Amino acid sequence: MADVTDVIYLDNNATTRVAPEVVEAMLPAFGPLYGNASSMHTFGGQMGHYIATAREQVAGILGADPEEIIFTSCGSESDNAAWYSATETQPEKRHVITTKVEHSAVLAYGHYLEDKGYEVTWLGVDDKGQISLEELERAIRPDTALVSMMYANNETGTIFPIAKVAEIVKSHGVQLHVDAVQAVGKEVIDLSRLPIDYLALSGHKLHAPKGIGALYVRRGTRFRPYVKGGHQERGRRAGTENVPYIIGLGKACELAASNMEKERTQVAALRDRLQEGLLAAIPHCKINGDQAHRLPNTLNISFEAVEGEALLLQLDQYGICASSGSACTSGSLEPSHVLRAMGVPFNYAHGSVRFSLSRYNTGAEIERVIEVMPTIVSELRKISPFAAFLKK
Amino acid sequence: MWEYTETVRDHFLHPRNAGVLEDANVIGEAGSLACGDALKLMLKVNEQGIIEDAKFQTFGCASAIASSSALTELIKGKHMDEAAKLTNKEIAEYLGGLPKEKMHCSVMGEEALEDAVRHWKGLPSKAHAEEGRLVCKCFGVTDLQIIKVAKENNLTTVEEVTDFIKAGGACGSCKDDIQSILDKLHSMEKPLQEIRPVPRMTNVQRMQKVMTIINEDIAPRLALDGGSIELVDVDGTTVVVALRGACSGCSASQLTLKNLVEKTLREQVDSAINVVEA
Repeated sequence: MADVTDVIYLDNNATTRVAPEVVEAMLPAFGPLYGNASSMHTFGGQMGHYIATAREQVAGILGADPEEIIFTSCGSESDNAAWYSATETQPEKRHVITTKVEHSAVLAYGHYLEDKGYEVTWLGVDDKGQISLEELERAIRPDTALVSMMYANNETGTIFPIAKVAEIVKSHGVQLHVDAVQAVGKEVIDLSRLPIDYLALSGHKLHAPKGIGALYVRRGTRFRPYVKGGHQERGRRAGTENVPYIIGLGKACELAASNMEKERTQVAALRDRLQEGLLAAIPHCKINGDQAHRLPNTLNISFEAVEGEALLLQLDQYGICASSGSACTSGSLEPSHVLRAMGVPFNYAHGSVRFSLSRYNTGAEIERVIEVMPTIVSELRKISPFAAFLKK
Repeated sequence: MWEYTETVRDHFLHPRNAGVLEDANVIGEAGSLACGDALKLMLKVNEQGIIEDAKFQTFGCASAIASSSALTELIKGKHMDEAAKLTNKEIAEYLGGLPKEKMHCSVMGEEALEDAVRHWKGLPSKAHAEEGRLVCKCFGVTDLQIIKVAKENNLTTVEEVTDFIKAGGACGSCKDDIQSILDKLHSMEKPLQEIRPVPRMTNVQRMQKVMTIINEDIAPRLALDGGSIELVDVDGTTVVVALRGACSGCSASQLTLKNLVEKTLREQVDSAINVVEA
């Protein structure tokens, strides 16, 4: 099997390597520190201290108060919990606004509410993947319970103007949920200045393990727990705390916060080099997304007349890990809903590849991709029936 | 990640017969850019009908490229009539199997070959001659295509149909339609119902009933084998029909006439009916 020593991992929007510092911080909680924080004895009770520290670390990266942080099992749970709470606490409001390019955790909850008789406004995006603020404002109604929007898109890296969105949404007194799973650790988010009610994040996108997430709930927001049961998380999320993973998420947030500016510059420089190198070496490509407002680590690029899965499997031969919005990679038969919402033509949408970088990538790795990609694309174009049209 | 066999990986990474065949005289095409996969099959067929050379160009995923590669390997050196019998199953088997979600790639190979055979016979592409009813608007799949692939691969669920021919895989609004096609197909496989006594009827009533049964019951069954039937005349108890498509010129057509058409009409309309060919 391929392992970390022989791969060039450029799929960090899918998941990230757990930082060695995070692993180290977690280990005691898998060993001697196995107590339950709810216990009445000192041995168990001391775990509460570790959880409190982690809560401070997570709050720290968001400019939030520790009491506003609820630990969950993943980003999807956080999104679901926010939608659940916002609609349950305002039963008279039967309208929700979101976008067509959200993560499936949000899309699915929207469809679920539609089935229950809610009306959902699905905001479209332009060719860069950006929403229209005017359209958002026009969509808000007296019975709007929630506006839910991602901070940054997982496929293209396009960043929504969340500050302006928050200003508009709050001026109408409507609740706002932000799915910031791709943005936390990559973008500076200061909730002490940004009037957001709910915000979702996920550990495994920022070098913590899979299976841990958090939901920020602004102080004073009425809340109904999605997972019902015990008193954990001050009655807002039942279930015995996943102490090792909570410690891991805290440590990962602390690391990300202290390195953010350095990493943003370093990772963005590698990404820009990759983009420039590929565009220079390969004709008929197109960047998907809003280059002026984009996550520093994300490059979504389409190669005309070739298909994404074929590109990925060729890259895999070189140990290069990326992903694609092509229909074939998902088994859904249709290309990515994000690229379709952006109106990316089919000949480009099927041939999209997403490279997403992290602090662990090196310049040599990027040069390797720039070196092998032109041959991969030209070989596949040689056997593509559509390549003949490219010359025109 | 898809579980591809070593053979699929090999044919993807080292496709056989990939590229343009400069002196091709027969071309077959299947798929489309919008659908995410497309195959252009180029053949050099000699005067005896033997495929002397075959090449392909494919836009698609690993299994689409591997299926195209396998297709060319399977048909090279064969007579067109022999090649025409190739099914998607054989392509998949040649590759040591495909993930079920990827079976449509092997179907694309079969469709491109069918298209080539039609061109070789001087017939237009199926897209223009297709008589079926459009069921899946997203992928342009007709009821006849669904019936054919379901029959060949013994498909029983809508999900399986989607895996093999994509129909129902995008907006999903045709799923009920696909289900009813499958229901009809499978109910046809059951033994014919017992003969019921049929009340006497007038000539006009008889004619209408014959027409309905031919169109709704017999024609779809013949369509499964690529044939069709046309009602020419009803004169008392004599029914005149014309067999078309694959049925015309088929050595079994007289058998079809007596065993299927006449038997069905006798059971359902009038036991005195006599069927003759126009």
